[in-house]
Amino acid sequence: MAGAAQEEDKKLFDSGAASTLVGELRDAFASGATRGYRWRESQLRGLLKMTDDHEQDIVAALRSDLGKPEPESVLYEVAMVRNACKLALKELQHWMMPEKVKTSLTTFPSSAEIVSEPLGVVLIISAWNYPYLLSLDPVVGAIAAGNAVVLKPSELAPATSALIAKLVGEYMDSSSIRVVEGAVAEATALLEQKWDKIFYTGNGRVGRIVMAAAAKHLTPVVLELGGKSPVVVDSGVNLQIASRRIIVGKWGCNNGQACVSPDYIITTRDLAPKLVDALKNELEMFYGKNPLESKDLSRIVNSNHFNRLTKLMDEDKVSDKVVYGGERDPTKLQIAPTILLDVPRNCLIMNEEIFGPLLPILTVDKVEESFDIINSGGKPLAAYIFTNDKKLKEHFVKNVSAGGLVVNDTTVHVAVHTLPFGGVGQSGMGAYHGKFSFDAFSHKKAVVYRSFMGDAAMRYPPYTNGKLRLMKALLGGSILDILRAIFRRS
Amino acid sequence: MEFEDEVVEEMERELEEMRECYRSGRTREASWRKSQLKGLLQLLREREEEIFRALHQDLGKHPAEAYRDEIGSLIKSLNYALDGLKRWMSGKKAKLPRIALLTSAEIVPEPLGLVLVISSWNFPIGLSLEPLIGALAAGNAVVLKPSELAPECSSLLANAIPCYLDDKAVKVVQGGPGVGEQLLHQKWDKIFFTGSVRIGRRVLAAAAEHLTPVTLELGGKCPAVVDTLSSSFDRKVAAQRVLGGKFSFAAGQVCIGVDYVLVDKKFSSTLVETMKVVMKKMFGENPRESRSVARIVNKHHFIRLQNLLLDPMVKSSIVYGGSMDEDNLFIEPTILMDPPLQAAIMTDEIFGPLLPIVTLNKIEDSIKFINSRPKPLAVYVFTKDESLRRSVVSKTSSGSVVSNDVVVQYLADTLPFGGIGESGMGRCHGKFSFDAFSHQKAVMRRSFLVDFWFRFPPWNDHKLQLFRSSYRYDYLGIVLTVLGLKKTDRVSKSVQTSN
Repeated sequence: MAGAAQEEDKKLFDSGAASTLVGELRDAFASGATRGYRWRESQLRGLLKMTDDHEQDIVAALRSDLGKPEPESVLYEVAMVRNACKLALKELQHWMMPEKVKTSLTTFPSSAEIVSEPLGVVLIISAWNYPYLLSLDPVVGAIAAGNAVVLKPSELAPATSALIAKLVGEYMDSSSIRVVEGAVAEATALLEQKWDKIFYTGNGRVGRIVMAAAAKHLTPVVLELGGKSPVVVDSGVNLQIASRRIIVGKWGCNNGQACVSPDYIITTRDLAPKLVDALKNELEMFYGKNPLESKDLSRIVNSNHFNRLTKLMDEDKVSDKVVYGGERDPTKLQIAPTILLDVPRNCLIMNEEIFGPLLPILTVDKVEESFDIINSGGKPLAAYIFTNDKKLKEHFVKNVSAGGLVVNDTTVHVAVHTLPFGGVGQSGMGAYHGKFSFDAFSHKKAVVYRSFMGDAAMRYPPYTNGKLRLMKALLGGSILDILRAIFRRS
Repeated sequence: MEFEDEVVEEMERELEEMRECYRSGRTREASWRKSQLKGLLQLLREREEEIFRALHQDLGKHPAEAYRDEIGSLIKSLNYALDGLKRWMSGKKAKLPRIALLTSAEIVPEPLGLVLVISSWNFPIGLSLEPLIGALAAGNAVVLKPSELAPECSSLLANAIPCYLDDKAVKVVQGGPGVGEQLLHQKWDKIFFTGSVRIGRRVLAAAAEHLTPVTLELGGKCPAVVDTLSSSFDRKVAAQRVLGGKFSFAAGQVCIGVDYVLVDKKFSSTLVETMKVVMKKMFGENPRESRSVARIVNKHHFIRLQNLLLDPMVKSSIVYGGSMDEDNLFIEPTILMDPPLQAAIMTDEIFGPLLPIVTLNKIEDSIKFINSRPKPLAVYVFTKDESLRRSVVSKTSSGSVVSNDVVVQYLADTLPFGGIGESGMGRCHGKFSFDAFSHQKAVMRRSFLVDFWFRFPPWNDHKLQLFRSSYRYDYLGIVLTVLGLKKTDRVSKSVQTSN
């Protein structure tokens, strides 16, 4: 019967299934299959080929899930995954080599090194807003480091999730790399298992759940969360350029649904009107007079978030602060780029990460006051400042704590593989990109090589005062002290 | 109930004051950090006799042991930190691709804020102050909770630290599990915990509520693989190091000590004979009189260790030692040969002066033996066989591996000290301690002068092509496209029709 067959296909992925899955991957890992250079290289090449061969399918899936414009898909998802693979392929041999370290008199004679080894079987849980990138970028690191991987893409981007599941099955070694599709039930079943590392991208609420589940098994985690990334705009800057960079970081990144998108602006009362004008100008040039019709903006991912965002906009004492935009279309799940000026400090839109196309502007008398405002909240994933004042720049860099900072631009640091990408405090823990990805999924094992020679009697019992003197000299003193201790009778 | 609430309120008030102090920026200055590290050096120098007395009182440690493992090690670490501080504090430039004109990138370390250090009782001074060095060097405000199971050392630290360090930014909180719980419920910017696996889980679970990052230095059963050694000199050295690695560190109450030995059946009796000779040399005919054996920390652990030997099959496997003195919390350094593998002495971390020797058919079987158990903090291998050594290093997983010695990795400032799996997470020592208490902040600076106009909407095929070329660092492609000389990829039909 057709109905029964369908039931069979949709087997429940429960704790038992998760446990079996992990067991299979542990066997694969224990066999040593994933540890050699050749396997890692072949999987990275597979991932690269998969991305190259199916770029258009990926773009189409992102269009379906998020209404994401093709250039954003190409630039932020496809190209970044491709670059991550290429970098790993280029550097892998170098990354895999042990790092020799200097040894000192206290362990003389000896040699020592730090050896990178895989952690084992790792779980990667990704988010819906950059569903291809945030699934596969961490996978690149996990594979490069020689681990077996289970990937759980977000169910809120179902076309991409299905595409990833299908492609990974075709292009990669399924004895060691698997995709589990699903929602809360599947994620819960996975989180009950013992992993050697969990890498989670998403929000703080679920981040806590992930870390609590990891605590049961003493599993280390990387949590890539979010926060309210502020933009400070100082006077004396080219407002046209600043506006463009803010716009492309906000609405040009999945219509504001990005963890490093500028969340809100802080500027001086004097500058605010000019900034608003500049933003309005550029917004119109980018998206036309009817942004709801523009093909260059992602839509809101689902009605939950649509309702959440309209609630933020429509709140009493906030709705009258809209100076641009405010239009919405529930049938298309679209909200136009919206700017709000002088919202109260304590309103919904200022109390949670917006993650959408609404940009509030807070005004202060002096630009320096912005730092206190930023530091009074949780540490965000990113913070931005537009200024030509050298002192202000340095003050900002020194005193604003965030995952990453950019001066005179927004979001571009995410593409630099020599910079660690991660949060601090509420915005997360751990980092990745480039070699940091490899390190995130590796155990750095300290190895010391000694010979049977070179022993010091003073190390061993029976303990005497003479040995104590010699030890003091060796650990804390100078050559003279050492000689004195050796030649003095105990 | 009321009293407890008051205590918690007082604690929260003090912590808020400490956060204020941190926010004032005082702890971030290089001069402050230096002064704190120098203060610790002074403390160790001036209070040395008191520290020896406290360690002897709490654990029966001889000053030589106390100096080797705690005071001396701390002095070394402090000098290393003072030497490296300026370098560690300065940012590191990050390389950028050539396409990134007029842009600079660097990684800037910054303190995390207000951190909690919880230490363990077996090296009560060392394990309290070693993480403190990292936290202070990194510019944090610190609360230290020493173990109540080493009460003399705990009060020494509580009394001395305010005299040598900035008492607004560094505080010692004494107390037992109740105080520990209260502290764990507070919001910290980092928790550094040294102790048992059981409590480690509780610490991590508490940290999860505030998304606090943690370093956990836990334990495990650290094996020493001893290969068949034909030279009697090598045998003697190996025996000395293995036995020293068990009995000379707080009577085996040490996380990276040798927990048990793995040896080829055919070599085992030779090894035991050599060991007996070495034992006599180290501890004399009457070990109870020897000042070189530390005491068991308290009755609870004494009984725990005593119980490990209750099983008659375990008791009958004793080949050396075995005597106990409950009044003095003394257990004689004891060697056992092949106790049953399911007995507690072979499943739990021993943390005491009992050394089981497990015999195998061939020494290579030790790899499987080790891998079938939780990952330990350290694996030791004594051998002249290069391929066995290589096998142990590459096929087992542990915090660290030492070939032909034990415990020395603790003293190496250039090596990360930490566990994996159940033996812990995170690392410390040297710059790793500084890093453990820092956030490595990515900082990028751009100029207003240069931009890629194709970064901005509205999108078209032309701009898309430029994206493709930029991301491939295909500079020629970019130039050609801009000049209109390169064919642009057409936007796919499927994308066009889906609008």
